Amino acid sequence: MSNNNVSYNEQVSLESGVDAAQENSSIPASVSGGLFSADYKKNEDLKEMLESNKDSQKLEAMKRIVGLIAKGKNASELFPAVVKNVASKNIELKKLVYVYLVRYAEEQQDLALLSISTFQRALKDPNQLIRASALRVLSSIRVPIIVPIMMLSIKEASTDLSPYVRKTAAHAIQKLYSLDPDQKEHLIEVIEKLLKDKSTLVAGSVVMAFEEVCPERIDLIHKNYRKLCNLLVDVEEWGQVVIIHMLTRYARTQFVSPWREDAVFDENSEKAFYDSEEERKVEQVKPYIMDPDHRLLLRNTKPLFQSRNTAVVMAVSQLYWHLAPKHELNIITKSLVRLLRSHREVQFIVLQNIATMSIQRKGMFEPFMKSFYVRSTDATHIKILKLEILTNLANEANISTILREFQTYVKSQDKAFAAATIQAIGRCATDISEVTDTCLNGLVLLLSNRDETVVAESVVVIKKLLQTQPSQHSDIIKHMAKLFDNITVSMARASILWLMGEYCEHVPKIAPDVLRKMAKTFTSEEDIVKLQTVNLAAKLYLTNSKQTKLLTQYILNLGKYDQNYDIRDRTRFIRQLIVPNEKSGALSKYARRILMAPKPAPVLQSAFKDRDRFQLGTLSHTLNSQAIGYLELSDWPAVAPDQSVRIVEVVEPVKETGAPVHGKSKPGKSSEKFYSDSEEEEEEEEEGSSSEDSSSSSEESESESESEENSDDSNKSSSSQSDSEKKKKTLKNKKLQQQKPDGKDRKQKNGNAVKGESRSESESASESSSSESSSESGSELDSDSDSDSGTDQKKNTRSKPVQSTLVTKQVEKKEVSLLDLDDFSPAAVPSPKSSILSPSLLSDLQGLSISPTQSALQASSPVFVPETSHELLHRMTGKGLSAQYRFTRQPCIYGNSMVSLQLTLSNSSDQALENIHISEKSSTGQNIHRFNAIERLEPQASVTVSMGVDFNDSTQAANFQLCTKEDEFSVSIQPAVGELLLPITVSEADFSKEQGKLLGMNESSATITMTPENVSSQSVNRKVVSVANLGVIPSSQENIHRFAGKTVSSGCLVLVSVALKDPDAVITINTERTVMGSMLLRQLKTALTNSDP
Amino acid sequence: MIHSLFLINTSGDLFLEKHWKSVISRSVCDYFFEAREKAVEPDNVPPVIPTPHHYLITIYREKIFFVSVIQTEVPPLFVIEFLHRVAETFQDYFGECSETTIKDNVVIVYELLEEMLDNGFPLATESNILKELIRPPTILRSMVNTITGSSNVGETLPTGQLSSIPWRRAGVKYTNNEAYFDVVEEIDAILDKSGTTVFAEIQGVIDACVKLSGMPDLTLSFMNPRLLDDVSFHPCVRYKRWESERVISFIPPDGNFQLMSYHISAQNLVAIPIYVKQNISFFETGSSGRLDITVGPKQTMGKTVECLVVTIHMPKVVLSANLNATQGTYNYDPVTKILLWDIGKLNPQKLPNLKGSLSLLSGAPKPEENPSLNIDLKIQQLAISGLKVNRLDMYGEKYKPFKGVKYVTKAGKFQVRT
Repeated sequence: MSNNNVSYNEQVSLESGVDAAQENSSIPASVSGGLFSADYKKNEDLKEMLESNKDSQKLEAMKRIVGLIAKGKNASELFPAVVKNVASKNIELKKLVYVYLVRYAEEQQDLALLSISTFQRALKDPNQLIRASALRVLSSIRVPIIVPIMMLSIKEASTDLSPYVRKTAAHAIQKLYSLDPDQKEHLIEVIEKLLKDKSTLVAGSVVMAFEEVCPERIDLIHKNYRKLCNLLVDVEEWGQVVIIHMLTRYARTQFVSPWREDAVFDENSEKAFYDSEEERKVEQVKPYIMDPDHRLLLRNTKPLFQSRNTAVVMAVSQLYWHLAPKHELNIITKSLVRLLRSHREVQFIVLQNIATMSIQRKGMFEPFMKSFYVRSTDATHIKILKLEILTNLANEANISTILREFQTYVKSQDKAFAAATIQAIGRCATDISEVTDTCLNGLVLLLSNRDETVVAESVVVIKKLLQTQPSQHSDIIKHMAKLFDNITVSMARASILWLMGEYCEHVPKIAPDVLRKMAKTFTSEEDIVKLQTVNLAAKLYLTNSKQTKLLTQYILNLGKYDQNYDIRDRTRFIRQLIVPNEKSGALSKYARRILMAPKPAPVLQSAFKDRDRFQLGTLSHTLNSQAIGYLELSDWPAVAPDQSVRIVEVVEPVKETGAPVHGKSKPGKSSEKFYSDSEEEEEEEEEGSSSEDSSSSSEESESESESEENSDDSNKSSSSQSDSEKKKKTLKNKKLQQQKPDGKDRKQKNGNAVKGESRSESESASESSSSESSSESGSELDSDSDSDSGTDQKKNTRSKPVQSTLVTKQVEKKEVSLLDLDDFSPAAVPSPKSSILSPSLLSDLQGLSISPTQSALQASSPVFVPETSHELLHRMTGKGLSAQYRFTRQPCIYGNSMVSLQLTLSNSSDQALENIHISEKSSTGQNIHRFNAIERLEPQASVTVSMGVDFNDSTQAANFQLCTKEDEFSVSIQPAVGELLLPITVSEADFSKEQGKLLGMNESSATITMTPENVSSQSVNRKVVSVANLGVIPSSQENIHRFAGKTVSSGCLVLVSVALKDPDAVITINTERTVMGSMLLRQLKTALTNSDP
Repeated sequence: MIHSLFLINTSGDLFLEKHWKSVISRSVCDYFFEAREKAVEPDNVPPVIPTPHHYLITIYREKIFFVSVIQTEVPPLFVIEFLHRVAETFQDYFGECSETTIKDNVVIVYELLEEMLDNGFPLATESNILKELIRPPTILRSMVNTITGSSNVGETLPTGQLSSIPWRRAGVKYTNNEAYFDVVEEIDAILDKSGTTVFAEIQGVIDACVKLSGMPDLTLSFMNPRLLDDVSFHPCVRYKRWESERVISFIPPDGNFQLMSYHISAQNLVAIPIYVKQNISFFETGSSGRLDITVGPKQTMGKTVECLVVTIHMPKVVLSANLNATQGTYNYDPVTKILLWDIGKLNPQKLPNLKGSLSLLSGAPKPEENPSLNIDLKIQQLAISGLKVNRLDMYGEKYKPFKGVKYVTKAGKFQVRT
């Protein structure tokens, strides 16, 4: 101890010396040209810079100040100058001032108060990053006076719309608690509120706050338990670690032990868990039934074994170790062994935990024994841990392999490791009686090793081994006595002396001789050797006093005047004990029994024997002593507490508010786009068949629309219960796969929460907007301001969860049928939407009942309206604003030469977007009819507006700026050639007449080979009208199909005829606009030759 | 959780400190210095050091000790993993993580540390989020900044922070869309004196460099996915897809990242590409020894072994080496006692050989143990496990990306005992 202090002081002085040197040397270095020589002057300079009115000067000063802080130098005197800049507009300067404030506010409390109002103002800022960082600093400055302000701010921030700000609030809770523990009660309220938060961003932080502030309030977890389990996979990795540790503790108080003897699991049960574990267990009449919540935890944490974060893997491993039934533990092994490839420090911790596990369950790690083989390049503490594990794993079967490996280690250049190996061999020898003799012989061989430490360690280990069976090994003792002269390590010498003394009866001739030698060298020996010499002398005096009496006297005399008081004490004590004189009391009679008492053999056991009292993976486990703040893992309760506390009234869809931004994430959308073709066609097919079978069509469509709603929600709920349903889903998906090739892709979406969920959400959003009364679209028609649509949307978003929760209840029961129907939902949703929102009410009716034959009778109305929407603006690029457009194929109400477009704008950020409009300047010169500016779009809401663009009969993209209050986004709409047409009706005769006029270079034609399924007239019609907005002309010839239309801007005729000559077909297009004609021809060709349904 | 962080170089200078809660005196590091002294080698410093009032958790990386101060119970791996993440972030930002770069960029380092932890709890560790908050320094940008006075700090919350795919930046745009995947396998093996394999396993990683615009959704499939029995993934990978279909489906982060790592431990699957015939002996008398090493190809699957290097940590008593190499060059460093034989390409027709004598410190006893040989090698266009990428599909974007897969096999911890 005293030693420590000395070195400590030395270091401090040395440190400060170095510091001072640095101080001096750094001044000229950091200030260019060495203008300022003294420290205070330098600060003056900084002060001046801070007070300048140039931001760049201030920034420069702050950067230098931060440099000072980083070096640990005192910059507190600049506080007044720095704090003035807290309200700076420059964000980097502001951040650096924050850094400074957090560092020094504690020391300058009064001045720090000056900055508070700035933070309070920033807490109201519309920018969430600014709100969050204001709260971060406010809660970090550790000035007790502002506790009430902090409390208020935390409460406010905990209800903030931005999950990021809420996360910051969760962090602030811990800060406030450490500043003023009296606030605990209030803080618990906030924690309780935040625990209910469904954002994955918040979950980790609030659980951290819970663990710090009120870990004993386990009751707060009940209601959130299932939600946390389900969210876990999506929480960021650091949060995962904290949540897993907390849930481990929770589970140990709430569930009964799965380790009971009678709980025999059959091999298949694990697979069956996904089906219906309860049923299964009941069937088997097992006395132990695992709580479904317990199983939920195990199941949801299992994927985390594959995390790249070692802390997460370790956390799940300890969770399984402490909670899983014993037969499921093997899953831990592989993952932990994998971690051994990681950094040295990670290896260290993981090996420690494996060491503890391997004591209790050898079998777990035995197959991976070779992964613990030592390399010469490992660090010493890693080597020793590996050795520990290898020793733990040793059994009769593998001992020979392990011993052979140990032989290599003994020769290691790393002597500390070699010594540890010898101890390990000793442990193997005591553990496995078959090899005791082999080990002993091996160790004896090591006695002739040239290295002292090896020999010394061997002696110590042999001593321990011999204690178990001394009588048979007197020759070993003799051998050691011979070596005695060559051994210089005191511990080894002491051990040999002890052995001699203890078993002097076995070596009656040698022991006195050894004592004689010791008498000669006594004065130059180490203390420990002297003590053992005294011991040996005493024992020999008692057994063989004739030969050793004088020697003993001599040694005791030497010891009497030794410098070390321990030795003097011992000598005095021994003398009184063994040499009878008038003073010695009754004790000397028992001297022999005292000194020669049989001693129990030392037990060689692992240093990790009792480590399992600590929870694995904790700091306490690593240190093998209870760390501050360690929370004991309780034993399993004998009877499980009430399970119903975890039941939440309604199972809400988990990610409803989970990550608002990605509400309409691009993958969802793009995938929709990606698959939409097939869906669309599928829908058509549906309709085609229904028109054939018209009697059942209405019924079918009804059931379809119903199922669409349900399946929509089932999609959503599936994210909350995804796991429990997983199995069924895959089953379902297999079914789907058989039905149609698309099924596989759908499954992929389900498998992936992000995509599947975002997709369903966007669907539900569009659905809700469509189900919204048609008054909205009406108002658009009248070109009214959309001011009320915003509030409408708001209502809508609010009502959404309610609606979905209602349906989720049904989900369980109806599951099978629902999942089948899931398939059709995307196709079925948009059709009512398009009809309601399209500007012309008249044609709406047609949109609802699309049937090619029917609509052909109507003049100038689209035969078919495609549902495909195209992306205009992605939410990522649009900072939360996303836009999609689709062609309504209606005559534009804004102008005769315009193409009508429908725009769906959605806000997927968490702030309302204001003043969404198209900017006045149009870059490509097309005439654009803008929609009326949308004043406010609430988060998660979407609105549909219509606009018109005059493309001038060209497929050149229309570029324009989509603006919000803050931003401008350049977007462009590229029309397909087929969208630049409007259908017309002419008689067959007129058609032929017009066609006759447009020959020569106005005609373009191509011959294609039709696939058999395209040959029917319906499919040809359908294909053509889906590509281009043309009207179908009734034809008298069965094998010729005619279509007519005109270009939107110029009104030129476009005549298309398809003549079928099995198996070929000739497409002929007659139009003045030859460019459009050839483009159209190319598209028709691909459409008609494509064989997909 | 993490209270403070100190950065200390190998010579014991504390050159940066950062506190996330109230300030802890740097004298707490004295306990570290004590342990450091005891350990002799920097590698041997224990990762966890208890002190009377705090706990120090340390990592040693790139010649810097990252010493963090902990006050209460925390999973040690949590801290260790985080510290490594800090080091990786520095590497990412400054190209390397060294004392000089940290000192040169102290302001950015400070801003980063401020963003990465709040009250000791990790806040943002995803590199693309950090890069939106604090832009990495480039020469061009620092020049522009000095002229225009604009800053390195982002003004709005990075979109990734709120999204469920925090690893991807929004609005990524490239003119050349490309995705490269490197399958890198390392053979960890221990061969004994006679050349038999004591232990062998393959550690594989798939490094990706994905530069694709927009929000692409990729699917990578293997010819023989059953080979991989133990995998860990970047968080972007959908684990359920892997479980059910054995394909890797993900929305990639932008730029370089490690997609997955795997571990093949079944020993019969591990081919050992080379054999080593060695004979190192030290004589009882005369303070000298002899060394004779020959390397030859074993199971190379018809490929050439390149960059072959043999490293030997000689016992302390070896003073110098007088050797003759038939191929490549050798170098013996008498200070570190490392003999390095750089062979280069392995020619199966003419096996490289290193032969000669070693001279020992006179009077010292001959070393107990023969030094073990560490082998380094590289085989291009081969994944030694036989793993093959089948195809890469992209969904969600329209353009056609350029795709490439490269295979490399290296020696990991490849040791030959003598």
